[in-house]
Amino acid sequence: MDELTKKSLKINACKVRKGIIEGVFNAKSGHPGGSLSIADTITYLYFNLMNVDPKNPDWEKRDRFVLSKGHTVPALYSALALKGFFPTEELKTLRHIGSHLQGHPSITTVGIDMSSGSLGQGISAACGMALAGKIKKENFKVYTILGDGEIQEGQVWEACMFASHNNLDNLIAIVDNNGLQIDGNIEDVCSPYPIKEKFEAFNWKVIEMNAHCFDDMERAFNEALNSDRPVAIIQKSVKGKGVSFMENQVSWHGVAPNAEQYQQAMQELDAQLKELEG
Amino acid sequence: MSEVVKIATRESYGNALVELAEKYPQLCVLDADLAAATKTAIFKKKYPERFYDCGIAEANMMGVAAGLAATGMIPFASSFAMFAAGRAYEVIRNSIGYPHLNVKIGATHAGISVGEDGATHQCNEDIALMRTIPGMTIINPADDVEAKAAVKAAAEFVGPVYMRFGRLAVPVFNNPDTYKFELGKGIKLREGTDITIIATGLMVSPAIEAGEILAGSGISAEVINIHTIKPIDREIIINSAKKTHLVLTVEEHSVIGGLGSAVSDVLCENLPTKVVKIGVNDVYGYSGPAVELLKKFGLTSDNIVKTAIDAVKSK
Repeated sequence: MDELTKKSLKINACKVRKGIIEGVFNAKSGHPGGSLSIADTITYLYFNLMNVDPKNPDWEKRDRFVLSKGHTVPALYSALALKGFFPTEELKTLRHIGSHLQGHPSITTVGIDMSSGSLGQGISAACGMALAGKIKKENFKVYTILGDGEIQEGQVWEACMFASHNNLDNLIAIVDNNGLQIDGNIEDVCSPYPIKEKFEAFNWKVIEMNAHCFDDMERAFNEALNSDRPVAIIQKSVKGKGVSFMENQVSWHGVAPNAEQYQQAMQELDAQLKELEG
Repeated sequence: MSEVVKIATRESYGNALVELAEKYPQLCVLDADLAAATKTAIFKKKYPERFYDCGIAEANMMGVAAGLAATGMIPFASSFAMFAAGRAYEVIRNSIGYPHLNVKIGATHAGISVGEDGATHQCNEDIALMRTIPGMTIINPADDVEAKAAVKAAAEFVGPVYMRFGRLAVPVFNNPDTYKFELGKGIKLREGTDITIIATGLMVSPAIEAGEILAGSGISAEVINIHTIKPIDREIIINSAKKTHLVLTVEEHSVIGGLGSAVSDVLCENLPTKVVKIGVNDVYGYSGPAVELLKKFGLTSDNIVKTAIDAVKSK
């Protein structure tokens, strides 16, 4: 990846993180940890990979995105706003009465392709979209992000079976392996490991990826786009990535920062941004 | 006397899908390893490339249907009522109902007339479950003619629709040449003044019979067929109750949350009227031949007559 693209992606990812903190702080609730862990991937998808048009959000040939781990929608809203689907200012209305930015994704929000949030369901809808692409002989791709805790849901594996049975090579599922879920470490709660072998057993192509390195992301997605099978990208990520005191802390799964913590988080992200923008 | 033709409405479902395939190129059919029983195999035979077997995985099937609908297809997702409305309830609620997607759910083998398979497969709760989902349309057709018309109406309508079909072959009493299906509109089958009998699904035919028998006993029963349970035809219910001041509902479904509850909701708000319910009285079913089970559960014209007479007497 050329340095200019990488720098631009890093800047956008930092802005997406700022939007996450802004939204969750103003909502006084939400899920910052898992939103921050997918911030780089969401940025890569919307600013370097997916064929979408903010001026024509319902364009039939667009690539689709389903946030199966719907609770981390602050990251998606932040990226959509930055991309121009709606004003960035609206991020402050997250979870407020009357806001179109619901606590979990709703199809009625501009740029959102599917309502999701009840875990395990988004990947099935993504399968349906990928199947529709095949039926209609369209070339769009369907991307979905799942949590590593989410794959404890049985429906995920029903969907995996369906995807490989129907040769949905236009489907790319990213598993955000930050290792934490509400009740603690995923391996302590009810271990979904080994993740790679599970997807392989369902006849998916599996690619491992560093969730916070754009060079590695480019390698992984290039490989994924050339697969003749559905692809699972297992991304090793850091929950809370980018905000020092939130990193790898399960306590930041579903809690909003207070005013002081908000200030500190924003200072850290502003400093990162300043350094990137030089 | 000519023999009455009997057809199971699941059969009507499969046949109607075939009839609609050419008109709706976006129509596709999903099933969960029950195609032979739900009769979507009729469609599969004619249009194999538009049929997707999801295997025994109903939750995923409903989610796939949602994704297909979100991408412009018209999926008909098919299974037994127990596994469609029951097992996949929350997927229907969150992935189909909440985003108000254009998914059609074909639920066959509803009610106790499933027969020998017994309680685990006899779904008497599906209407109750589906009624709670905002924006869900529910159709429970009474015979072959109505069932085919219902499937056509569902395909035309944009939005989620739950269609309820039966396993048991039931009399075809509607005339295909004159029958007109209107979504959300009840059908008055008999005028009366003493009692209003409101029936749905396979109980409509016995209700018509009961109306005739009651007339012979000097009781004037108005008989109404409610094929669309949601949105329900408030007008036909209220207008009839205004005349008869007594309502008897008849359904092959739990008395909790089904037609009887829906009718009671309308009347409580608009015209408090005594409502007597015939249905499955908050119990599970059990194994046995369908027709005998219907007798055991009081889902017969005889019991409708008896209940109506008692109700009119205590008016």
